[in-house]
Amino acid sequence: MTLVIDVFLFLFLMITAVAMARMNSLFGVVMMSGIYSLLSAALFMVMDAPDVAFTEAAVGAGISTVLMLGTLALVGRVQKPALRRHHFAALGIVIVTGIALAYGTYDLPAFGDADNPVQTSTVTERYVDVSGREIGIPNIVTSVLASYRGYDTLGETVVVFTAAVAVLVLLGRARRRGVTGEERESDLQ
Amino acid sequence: MMHRHPILRAVSKLLIAPIMLFALYVQFHGDYGPGGGFQAGVILAVAFILYALMFGVETARRVAPMWMLRFLTAFGVLLYGGTGVVGILLGGAFLDYNVLAADPKAGQHIGILLVEGGVGITVASVMIVLFFTFAGRK
Repeated sequence: MTLVIDVFLFLFLMITAVAMARMNSLFGVVMMSGIYSLLSAALFMVMDAPDVAFTEAAVGAGISTVLMLGTLALVGRVQKPALRRHHFAALGIVIVTGIALAYGTYDLPAFGDADNPVQTSTVTERYVDVSGREIGIPNIVTSVLASYRGYDTLGETVVVFTAAVAVLVLLGRARRRGVTGEERESDLQ
Repeated sequence: MMHRHPILRAVSKLLIAPIMLFALYVQFHGDYGPGGGFQAGVILAVAFILYALMFGVETARRVAPMWMLRFLTAFGVLLYGGTGVVGILLGGAFLDYNVLAADPKAGQHIGILLVEGGVGITVASVMIVLFFTFAGRK
């Protein structure tokens, strides 16, 4: 049953991706990318990763879509129609890259195999066996994120912070340049 | 601009409070179920973004002024890093929560609470800042 759901979700993902690539309406592309994220979230959910699914649904399908819509309000919603020329070199590169990626998957452990490195690793064993006693929190994901891998999460938080700083530096000032001194005062409040 | 949509306005007014409550639930229930600071921050930001969509960015900016948001983006990161530094000052390693309380488990609880709080504050304010900056441009 899970396999059927997986197959259909991946099929929808592929259809969405192709539709996004072929569309000229940017509004449609943004909506499609939201659907793409929601489908990915469903896939993560099927794979028993609710924390990841949660994040993907909230960030990918929710916030990114809204931010993209905000961008569309600035740049307009229709893309210039692409020139209908055939780029055979580009096609070649895409095919070769695709084959290389597909070939690379042969080195990955089989999906759902009980002997996968992540199942047999001593690190996994330790998290599953000891984190309850060591950290005292039932959700192992939170233990790993906030405590065992605290450095990584600090790094992620700094990345999010940097994004805001970058946007404010790039867009925050350009906005103020156009307004009068009086409005600038109220903007800074 | 949304004066012509009384149904959307009424429904979003009804939704904003439960969305915020759900954000707090995700924030503080992260120890027991899926969720945590990152997801909670995004959900909290959604409440503000919905408000801004319905009642205009200028109105929303009066509720969450930019100076406060800019302060909070940095405050969350500082809360996270500060928790780590307190660990050093109390004789542990950076981000070692065991030393935060007499009982290591209680220390872990305090540490994770503070750290997740920092993540939540930063993520929520960053998302609101991003939306306000993009949507507020003319």
